[in-house]
Amino acid sequence: MTAVAGGVSLSELEARLFPIVERYRGREGAAIPLLADVQKELGYVAEEAVEYVGSELGIPPAELFGVATFYAMFRFQPQGKYVVRLCRGTACHVQGSARVAEQLERTLGVKDGGTTEDLIFTLQYVACLGCCSLAPVMLVNDEVHGRLTPEKAVAVLEELRKKSVPEVSR
Amino acid sequence: MNKTTVTIGLASCGIASGGLPVAEELEGLLAGREDVEIKKVGCVGYCYMEPLVSVIRDGKSCTYGKVNANVLHRIVDEHVNRNLVVQEHLILTEGTEPKGTENPRGEKQVRIVLRNSGLIDPKNIDEYISRDGYKGLEKAVKTLPDEVIKEVLDSGLRGRGGAGFPTGMKWRFARDAKAADMRDKYLVCNADEGDPGAFMDRSVLESDPHSVIEGMIIGAYAVGASHGVIYCRAEYPMAVRHLGIALEQARQRGFLGRDILDVPDFDFDIYVKEGAGAFVCGEETALIASIEGQRGMPRPRPPFPANSGVWKKPTNINNVETYANVPWILLNGAGAFNRYGHGRSKGTKVFALAGKIKKGGLAEVPMGMSLREVIFDIAGGIENDRKFKAVQLGGPSGGCVPDYLLDTPVDYESINATGAIMGSGGMVVMDEDTCVVDVARFFLAFVQKESCGKCPFCRVGTKRMLEILERITQGKGVLEDIDKLLNLAAQIKDGSLCGLGQTAPNPVQTTIKYFRDEYVAHIVDKKCPAKVCSALIRYSVDASKCIGCARCAKACPVGAVSGEPKRPHLIDDAACVRCGLCKKNCPISCISVD
Ligand SMILES: Cc1cc2nc3c(=O)[nH]c(=O)nc-3n(C[C@H](O)[C@H](O)[C@H](O)COP(=O)(O)O)c2cc1C
Ligand code: SF4
Ligand code: SF4
Ligand code: FES
Ligand code: FES
Repeated sequence: MTAVAGGVSLSELEARLFPIVERYRGREGAAIPLLADVQKELGYVAEEAVEYVGSELGIPPAELFGVATFYAMFRFQPQGKYVVRLCRGTACHVQGSARVAEQLERTLGVKDGGTTEDLIFTLQYVACLGCCSLAPVMLVNDEVHGRLTPEKAVAVLEELRKKSVPEVSR
Repeated sequence: MNKTTVTIGLASCGIASGGLPVAEELEGLLAGREDVEIKKVGCVGYCYMEPLVSVIRDGKSCTYGKVNANVLHRIVDEHVNRNLVVQEHLILTEGTEPKGTENPRGEKQVRIVLRNSGLIDPKNIDEYISRDGYKGLEKAVKTLPDEVIKEVLDSGLRGRGGAGFPTGMKWRFARDAKAADMRDKYLVCNADEGDPGAFMDRSVLESDPHSVIEGMIIGAYAVGASHGVIYCRAEYPMAVRHLGIALEQARQRGFLGRDILDVPDFDFDIYVKEGAGAFVCGEETALIASIEGQRGMPRPRPPFPANSGVWKKPTNINNVETYANVPWILLNGAGAFNRYGHGRSKGTKVFALAGKIKKGGLAEVPMGMSLREVIFDIAGGIENDRKFKAVQLGGPSGGCVPDYLLDTPVDYESINATGAIMGSGGMVVMDEDTCVVDVARFFLAFVQKESCGKCPFCRVGTKRMLEILERITQGKGVLEDIDKLLNLAAQIKDGSLCGLGQTAPNPVQTTIKYFRDEYVAHIVDKKCPAKVCSALIRYSVDASKCIGCARCAKACPVGAVSGEPKRPHLIDDAACVRCGLCKKNCPISCISVD
């Protein structure tokens, strides 16, 4: 059994993480950027990855997990191809983002933090994307969609799903 | 003819509104033109009108809003080429050379913090320098650190991160703190901007990073710090990018590094530390823990950061906007600054205007301007001409201010007196279609999630409050719940270690104080007057008017509407999820909600 972390083998995992480990060797207080780089490389903070970088750098993995679980930025499961970050900040809330959220949950069949079974979408709620004058706002990977309505949000995702699913499944 | 400058706003919201393709188009249209210069600027302040393009010629600037490819072609063809203003898309005309700071961009604003935002290319240090950049620093290092501190103290500048502590005093403490090695002190910029609905600091960092960096260098000179850290919110990638570029340029010019401006032993450098998404990390002791790579848990004070902060070294922490004021104060003098203001609040305050207003964006106003002027004159009043209900100041730590207090002047003491707080400058306006009970529940859910969990009152108490509010918004509340909420609020305030817990009940307390009748309506009448709370509203079809077009049935995401074609339709209340899509899609508006 070599496949870990979403089909990546242990040796490949180490090869991918090695440059990161080297970057942080001997640096004090660097747990957060270290974990961020691991997440950037793998898409999420895999358990095996934490164990590997921890043992390399002499930081107890439990300590790294303690830090990672404190901050909202870190994910512990593989993410969908499109990560949908719906803003649930105040300005967006006042402009009806709760209705958008409900509609997205219904359409995708997942809740905050969930990923669809086909690994196409991950839904995340975040607090303020800093574009409050376009509220309600969502960020799909790097693209911002503003002045959302429930219909508009779903239309954006339908469009992306079509792009990701081969013709057969209608 | 003089050179013409065309600027395009490419801060986050400019890009979010499609600014990049417009910029590309613009570059294509003007390629090879020697007489026209394109400048990519940051936040112009009129975020609701993005993408924004300005044509500046002969000392006059014309700003166009909602610019797409078509409009851009017209701007280039008519304005740039033939000097004909495109009236339909014009939103603002003004002289480009501000007389002092007064009214440089129309309206009632005074721009000290935003003196360069939207006017310069944030990635080009020369543009910052050409507008008096780094002159405040040059002036500062010609005097003694104590004199710099005195100038800041005299200006009356108070912390813009929320609490309003006098900046000069803070600097004094940090200067007086003993470090093992001389200058082994930290100077930190709090750019965590946690209030969900506020974006002042983001805009300043994206649009004019040097103003913050210069302010920090002056601060480092004053307190004697050699290590600088900017703790920046994770969700602000552009701010981090622009800061990185600006820091590198400042190093190259000798504003950072060793013997800055040839002052012997004035060594200082800054690095950017990205946050990782935790509201509590905006609290200064949690921020310090996070800089050290730990979980961001607050700790009791004393010791105060001034004596024991980052790695137990003396540390001074200020907010982004606080630092951005500093170069201007040093250059223009304390008197020029405290000429603006009201009571014990001097200078200006930047607000992020959002919610149900016509003109969302960024505004900088002199302290003492009334909330009414900010909301109705600068933000243009309520959208769709609905009725104003309340304005939320200070985010999750703040409160709702009702209409009859709209003449409250913007200053720390007056706003505190309403039960809200000045906060960092988030201003979310609510109209009659906003339910304040729902908003209170929203904030409590936020702080509940963000509590670090250390204090039982903060952790469990907010949870209890949230449960009660959820009951009320679901129509299951009882009148005693209001008193229960107030009791819990008092206990949480007393029993919490840090500002998060101590202020968490504010939104609930202020909404009960000013909108008790709305709570009562939810509890006694089982009605949500603003028609927001799902459990208390129902959608129904007026059978006498319905023409049976079936559009509602098609729009309904859960199939709750049924009916024969050309016959009145019916909504199954049990299945209905209150999304309102049927109502929105009915061509003759015969679906009502009550
Ligand atoms: C829960 C909590 C969150 C805070 N968030 C921020 C923030 O995002 N930005 C900020 O500048 N100050 C924030 N503060 C205030 C800081 O603790 C601190 O007072 C401030 O950075 C000091 O700078 P100033 O004196 O320039 O205002 C927060 C405080 C608390 C209790
Ligand atoms: S008040 Fe809340 S957030 Fe602050 S230290 Fe206590 S538990 Fe943590
Ligand atoms: S959309 Fe309006 S008119 Fe058409 S069937 Fe529904 S309720 Fe009747
Ligand atoms: S509240 Fe949603 S972008 Fe600010
Ligand atoms: S005008 Fe675009 S960020 Fe403000």
